[in-house]
Amino acid sequence: MPNAVALTWRQYRLERRMFWRNPSAAFFNFVLPLLFLAGGGVILSGNQHNLDKLVPAIAGMSVMSTTFTALAYNIVFLRERGVLKRIHGTPLPSISYFGGVAANAVTNTALQIVIIVLAGRAFFGIGWPPQLGALVVFVVVGVVCFAALGVAFAHAIPNFESTAAYVNAVFLPVVFVSFYVFDTKSAPGFVRTIAEALPLKPLIDGLSGAMVTGAGLGGHLDALAVIALWGAFAVYLAVRGFSWEQSRT
Amino acid sequence: MRALCKRYGEHDAVRHIDITVARGEVFGLLGPNGAGKTTTVEILEGYRARTGGEVSVLGHDPAKRSIELRRRIGIVLQSGGIYSHITPREALAHWASFYPHPRQVDEVLALVGLAEQADVRSRKLSGGQLRRLDFALALVGDPELIFLDEPTTGFDPAARHAAWETVRDLRALGKTILLTTHYLDEAQALADRVAIVKDGRVLAIGPPRELGVGASHYRVAYRNGDGELIERETDDPTALLHELTGEALARGERLEELSVGRPTLEDVYLELTADA
Repeated sequence: MPNAVALTWRQYRLERRMFWRNPSAAFFNFVLPLLFLAGGGVILSGNQHNLDKLVPAIAGMSVMSTTFTALAYNIVFLRERGVLKRIHGTPLPSISYFGGVAANAVTNTALQIVIIVLAGRAFFGIGWPPQLGALVVFVVVGVVCFAALGVAFAHAIPNFESTAAYVNAVFLPVVFVSFYVFDTKSAPGFVRTIAEALPLKPLIDGLSGAMVTGAGLGGHLDALAVIALWGAFAVYLAVRGFSWEQSRT
Repeated sequence: MRALCKRYGEHDAVRHIDITVARGEVFGLLGPNGAGKTTTVEILEGYRARTGGEVSVLGHDPAKRSIELRRRIGIVLQSGGIYSHITPREALAHWASFYPHPRQVDEVLALVGLAEQADVRSRKLSGGQLRRLDFALALVGDPELIFLDEPTTGFDPAARHAAWETVRDLRALGKTILLTTHYLDEAQALADRVAIVKDGRVLAIGPPRELGVGASHYRVAYRNGDGELIERETDDPTALLHELTGEALARGERLEELSVGRPTLEDVYLELTADA
C-alpha cells in the first residue's frame, strides 16, 4: 500500500533522475558557482582576507540560485505545462510531492556546498569547515527559506516567458546588496539595514562563520533568526497561495 | 458511482445540471465550446469548487479531495503536460506507485499503443503519442471511473477510431466513463446516454438515438433555376436525389451548389431550443 513516506522517496528519486537528464540544470548547479569562484579567485588572488570573504559569499549565492531561482523556474514551467494539474488529480499526497521536490533542492545544495568547500581548500587557502554542525544548520535553514521563497514567488509570475525577468529582478539586487554589505564596512547605513533584513546576507554571515572564521551557531544567532523568520513567512505564502493550475486570464 | 446532481452559478458557466450516471455506463456530455462541459467535469474531478448544489462521485464529495476517491478515478484532462525528461515507461511506473492496485505498466502501454515508444523521452513524442500517454496515465491506477475531457480533439480519423476502441475496451471491463465531446459522431459511437449541454444547462438527456441525434435525417440543398436556395429534409436521400436530378436533367438545368448533409450538432440544438 503506498504511503506518504514511500511516495516522497519515489518523487525524490524521479526528481533526481530528471535533474541529471537535463544538462542545463546540472550545468547551472555545479559549474556556475565554480566559474564565479574561479573569476573571483583570479581577481582577488594573493589577498587571503578577500578570498576568505569570496568563498562563503559564493556559497550563499549558490544556495539562493539552486533553490529560489531553480524552483521558481520549475514551478512556473510545470504549472504552465499542466504537469502540476495532472499530479493534483492523482492520489499522490501534496506533502509527498513537495517533500520530494524539497529533498531534491537540499541534495543539489549539499553537493554544491561540498564542491565549494573542496575548491576552497584546494585553491583558496581555506581549511576544512571549522564548524561543521553550524554549516549543516545554516545550509538546511537557508534551503528551506529560499526554496519556499521560490515557490511563493512563482505565484507572482504570470507565465513562463517572463520568468527570467521576474527572477532576476529579485535575485540580482539581493545578491549585489548582500555582497556589497558583506564585503565593506563603509556601506551607507540604510543599505546595510536593507541587506541585514534580507535573508541572503545573514546566510552568508552564517556560512562565513561555519566555513572560515569558526564562529559557530552561537556567533550568528541573530542571522539564523532572520533566515528562520523569512523561512516561516515564505512557507506560509508558498502553501497558502499555491496554485496547481495556470490561471486562465 | 451512485449519483451526480448539481446546481451551480459559477459565473453562470454551469447554471443547472442534474445528471445521474450509472455504474458501468459510458455517459457523454455533448455540447459546443463554452457550454460548461469542462467546468462540470472539473467540479466532479475535484479541481473546482461548486457554488451550489450537491455532487456525489462514487459516494464522495469531490470538493473534499479525499485520497480515497482519487485512488478510484482516472482523469484525462483536455490538456495536461508531462515531464519532458522521462519516458512513458518511467512515467507510468511512477504513476502506478500512487495507487493501491495498479495495472501492469507493459499491459497499459500495449493497451494505448505506446509499446514501441515506451523508452523514448516524452519531449520526443508526437502530439498523438502524448495523448495516448494521457490515457495510459489515467488508466494505470485501474480506476473504476474515468473522466475523458474531449479525448479526441485534434486527432486524425485513424487516431480517433483507435481512441474509440480503447474506450470500448474500458467499457467492456465494466468501467464507468464520463466523456465530454463536441463531436456528434463521437457521442453516438461511444455513449450509452448523452446529455446535451448548452450555456450551462442540460437541453436533453437520453440514449443518442432517442435524442434524434442518430435519426436518419438528411438535408439536401441546392439552388433552383431562379437562384433560390432550396433545402429539403429526407430519410431517404437516394430517392430524393434521384427525383431532383431527374427533374433537373429533364428541364436541362444544373442543380447548383448541390449538397447532402447530415444534421449537425447545431441543428440538434436549434431543434431543442426551438422546442423549449
